[in-house]
Amino acid sequence: MSIPAILASTYIISILGLFVFIASLRKGGTQSRPDGGNVIFEPGEIGTVEDPSLDRPGRRALQDSLSATDGTGADPNARTDMSVRIEGDRSSRGVALALWGSATFWLLVGSIFGLISSIKLHHPDWLVNEAWLTFGRTRIVHLNAVAYGWTAMAALATATWMLPRLLRTPLRGAGFSYLGTVLWNIGLAAGLIYIATSGNEALEWLEIPWRIGVLFAIGGALIGVPLLKMLPRARVDHLYVSVWYIGAALFWFPILYLVAKMPGLHTGIEYATMNWWYGHNVLGYFFTPMALAAVYYLVPKVIGRPIRSYDLSLLGFWTLAFFYGQVGAHHLIGGPVPSWLVTLSIVQSVMMVIPVIAFSVNQHQTMRGHFGALAHSQVLRFVLFGAVMYTVSSVQGSMQALRFINNTTHFTHFTVAHAHLGMYGFVAMVLFGAAYFIMPRVLDVEWPRPRLISLHFYLVVGGFAVYLMLLSVGGWLQGTALLDASRPFIDSVTVTWPYLQGRSLGGLLMTLGHFVFAWHLCLMIGARLGLSRRRAVKPLPLSEI
Amino acid sequence: MDNAYRLIAGALTTMALATSAMVVLPYTEVHRLKAPEGLQPYSASELRGRQQYINLGCMTCHSQQPRGTESGVDGSRGWGRPSVPEDYVHDAPPLLGTMRTGPDLFNIGSRQPSIDWHLGHLYQPRAYVPGSNMPAFPFLFEHKAQAGEGERLVSLPEGAAPRTGVVVARPEALDLVNYLLALDRTYPAPQQ
Repeated sequence: MSIPAILASTYIISILGLFVFIASLRKGGTQSRPDGGNVIFEPGEIGTVEDPSLDRPGRRALQDSLSATDGTGADPNARTDMSVRIEGDRSSRGVALALWGSATFWLLVGSIFGLISSIKLHHPDWLVNEAWLTFGRTRIVHLNAVAYGWTAMAALATATWMLPRLLRTPLRGAGFSYLGTVLWNIGLAAGLIYIATSGNEALEWLEIPWRIGVLFAIGGALIGVPLLKMLPRARVDHLYVSVWYIGAALFWFPILYLVAKMPGLHTGIEYATMNWWYGHNVLGYFFTPMALAAVYYLVPKVIGRPIRSYDLSLLGFWTLAFFYGQVGAHHLIGGPVPSWLVTLSIVQSVMMVIPVIAFSVNQHQTMRGHFGALAHSQVLRFVLFGAVMYTVSSVQGSMQALRFINNTTHFTHFTVAHAHLGMYGFVAMVLFGAAYFIMPRVLDVEWPRPRLISLHFYLVVGGFAVYLMLLSVGGWLQGTALLDASRPFIDSVTVTWPYLQGRSLGGLLMTLGHFVFAWHLCLMIGARLGLSRRRAVKPLPLSEI
Repeated sequence: MDNAYRLIAGALTTMALATSAMVVLPYTEVHRLKAPEGLQPYSASELRGRQQYINLGCMTCHSQQPRGTESGVDGSRGWGRPSVPEDYVHDAPPLLGTMRTGPDLFNIGSRQPSIDWHLGHLYQPRAYVPGSNMPAFPFLFEHKAQAGEGERLVSLPEGAAPRTGVVVARPEALDLVNYLLALDRTYPAPQQ
């Protein structure tokens, strides 16, 4: 079979597959569900806001502001039966706390190593006497700590906590989750120490050797077991779109990791294509769906209104599944790989516009007329900021895959900025919002100092804005210098210095924000344990909503 | 439950498509490639040096994949002809890299064949390239009163050398430099 034929057929199979799946969904009793989004609300609950991060007056203000916009307040006579959700929240407490605690710890570790790496790029003679502190190692430790420590565990925490609510059945098999959490933490700690002191596997995102990394695959699979145990007992007439995303992501991740890490399987240049098959799919098939699942649950919950178009959300899911899988090779543009592969990736990268638009339009339609809620709900601020950054980073990613842009940005700091736009601006911000929503239910105390939530928000948004803008501009100038044969190479280095310094400032602000978050979480746990002088305030119970 | 089966079937299908395009097909194209004439296997010291290159994270800033004129000006920078899959048969995995905070190193051995230059540059990059933000690697060297027998003295430009005593290269530094010197793919590309 000739190469163009392979290229065309992969593309056509993707499109056909997409139609087949959408058609089969419609046929098999799963008719179009205009009201499919209602499944996350109890009867009579629509119109009622839920934001556990708010105290009682704050919640009332949020409720009033939303009721005023469309007049659909909660029916004061209907007493909604919340027993299923109360039971669900109770069942997931321990696991959610273990995962959130771990994630927050690794967030601090990862941020510190990120900041050190960033400073080293403009102070190259700082901390050079120890091998474990050399730039090449701190940067890899940073990536692994924030990706597998913070983001992955926070995403798993959010998913595990949401599932009993989404399936309306208590968490089952919590023991598997605990074991998975322990294995994941051990694997990560051992992996980071190995990278810092001994070495790495020379593949980006896969630096941890397989003997250690296999704990991720096992841990991830174990954390997925409760979903399998709960699905047959689900008390819903159909699975909400968040379950689709979570279910697929929990299924995809162990496969990705096992194939990527299988010893003796890969060879020569195929290592590189496999590397970017993994590197981009761990984003597209794990982090992105996990964060989208949180957005699809939290936004409707906070504003008390279901997602506007449920059908569109399923279309978004399947287009993401069919197109995202093949986009990774644009990281190899111009490299010694088959050019049909890069072309295929560029085509699929551009097709990614479809799921992104489906998601963005849907979120915007859902929020339309309710943006006033942002003045009252901190959770909504974090989550919507993340949702908007998803759109921005995906559109940027699609553009960046085009050859004429990719030629300039490839090999430069612009790519690093783009990675942070997705992993931080989108995923991390959504997860922060999720933490503020979830923890009061987990610990059954209110956040002790709501102002720290604002401080966290403004520190990380400010720091992120500085980071993103400076590094994008610096990276672009670097790329321009690299492509100009009349300029010596060192020009492409010196032109970035001021931008790299500015990036450290942005990174410092973000790191400070993370310490505020972690400190606040400690205060909250302290309040729960009665260690604080101030009396812990219980959040408004679900039964009184 | 019906939906759950569809979900798993769909997820498997998309994953299979992605894996065939990006893992299986490339594998079938490259797994039987032969080394081009002119490409030597690495020596033991070069292999240890390659491990140093990996362990110190050199590829977080350096690529090893010169590109053709349609993608850039690598050729006019003296970085070499566009690399081809055959060039990497002795590299598992190939260290392609995705950043050029520093220059491409695929042919650094031919571009800069001086051991002294490489040793000194690793000890203090800014003594050789003003404006460079490459980290210094003093832990690959030893600062002593005088060199012992068989030890490699590092000759440093004025200003970079310590005021007293000498700097000698540790074996790790010598291995790393041997590897860098072996990065030389200036032989003609094999005919497709």
